[in-house]
Amino acid sequence: MNDKPEKLIDKKGVRLDGRKPDELRPIKIDVGVLSNADGSAYIEHGKNKILAGAYGPREVHPKHLALQDRMLLRCRYHMAPFSVQERKSPAPSRREVELSKVIRESLEPSIFMEYYPRTALDVFVEVLQADGGTRCASITAAALAVADAGIPMRDIVVACAAGKVEDTIVLDLMDEEDKLGSADVPLALMPNLNAVTLLQMDGILTVEEFEQAVNLAIEGCKKISAIQKETLKAKYVDVKEVEE
Amino acid sequence: MPIFFETRQIVTPGDLIAEGEYIAGENTYKENEKIYASRLGLVDTENKKVSVVALKAFYIPKAGDIVIGTVAEVGFNGWTVDINAPYPAILRAGDVLGRPFRPQEDDLSQVLDMRDLIVAKVASYDRTHDPQLTVGEPGLGKITRGQILKITPTKIPRVIGRKGSMVSMIKQETGCNIILGLNGVILVTGKTLESEQLALMAIHKIDEESHTSGLTDRVTQMLKEEKAKMEENKNE
Repeated sequence: MNDKPEKLIDKKGVRLDGRKPDELRPIKIDVGVLSNADGSAYIEHGKNKILAGAYGPREVHPKHLALQDRMLLRCRYHMAPFSVQERKSPAPSRREVELSKVIRESLEPSIFMEYYPRTALDVFVEVLQADGGTRCASITAAALAVADAGIPMRDIVVACAAGKVEDTIVLDLMDEEDKLGSADVPLALMPNLNAVTLLQMDGILTVEEFEQAVNLAIEGCKKISAIQKETLKAKYVDVKEVEE
Repeated sequence: MPIFFETRQIVTPGDLIAEGEYIAGENTYKENEKIYASRLGLVDTENKKVSVVALKAFYIPKAGDIVIGTVAEVGFNGWTVDINAPYPAILRAGDVLGRPFRPQEDDLSQVLDMRDLIVAKVASYDRTHDPQLTVGEPGLGKITRGQILKITPTKIPRVIGRKGSMVSMIKQETGCNIILGLNGVILVTGKTLESEQLALMAIHKIDEESHTSGLTDRVTQMLKEEKAKMEENKNE
């Protein structure tokens, strides 16, 4: 594992795992996997395995955190100790605290927070296996869990990253590309409204490269969104079949 | 002014349902003359009103609703009741006693204790105050017998049926009294255990097949068959 690959992308433009620069990793999504949660989702995005559960709206505990004019959204992003090669301490790290905030802020614009004042919506994201781009996969799963819980939403948020690997702009970076590549642009989108809810950049890109990466990430988001919606509908598809 | 989905077609949050001069109904929202879905559900159009029948939702109290709740806490001058909503409901002691509450003499846990079930009416609720309940009407109060069933609150209208056809049919077939709490809790009280179980079975079937058509007929048939089976068993 420690031997670095010589080239992340070969002359023909094929990446380490055999993908083209604008190709996503295989994605598998499931909803309603946790019976104790009001809504839940499980995503396999490449080698990432992430579980998300949504609880609420419910009473706020401790009470002083309640907001008088809107719902309180709380997110917890956590990586299991066995999710990475070296054991990760189960205590929340700086990075996890930041990602919890990032996930919360990317979901917030999509939810009708003002409908249910003095309540809380708790979203728990548990990374079971990590392979680069967990924040994007987490947002995709968390948004789906919230939709599954029956919370009124403007749109289902979906996220995807693009980046730069050896002078090529590529879609959906995996772990090695993320670590050895030169830039990473995660982006979350409300696809139907065409509104961006999260945009970050790590590394250096020229303005042209940045625009190219953003456009590529948006395309990726739209592809994932189609899978997301299909999965949500599939939960009730047997209901639909009986009806027809 | 197009509509992009047909009636009873499934939509997910954010789907554009209609554009133009339509009225945004339940579980939808309007932005720039466009109507989008805000919940997962089935599209329903009625004249100019576009709404979505949610497949999953939670109960939000409304003044006048009949609900069934569990006493969660006995307080100093009333009870806190869990009514399956994001907000705890309050039931004041004076309302239950029917006279002013005397803290020195009255022992509230003697009247209603924790985990007691009650049928109540939502007296008031708005977004700044927790719902307040009342039991000061006939048919309301502590539940002493019968069986409880919980279903998704959005499916209660289906159990009621068109102009109450479904619930009155079940009542007639089983001889049970059925109280439907709009918060998704149902109370069934019958003369015998068998009749109660029969009614619960019917409601369970409605819950599971709530989006199919011709359900009333199928439930009637199921009840008749089950009743015939019971008769046979008795005769043996």
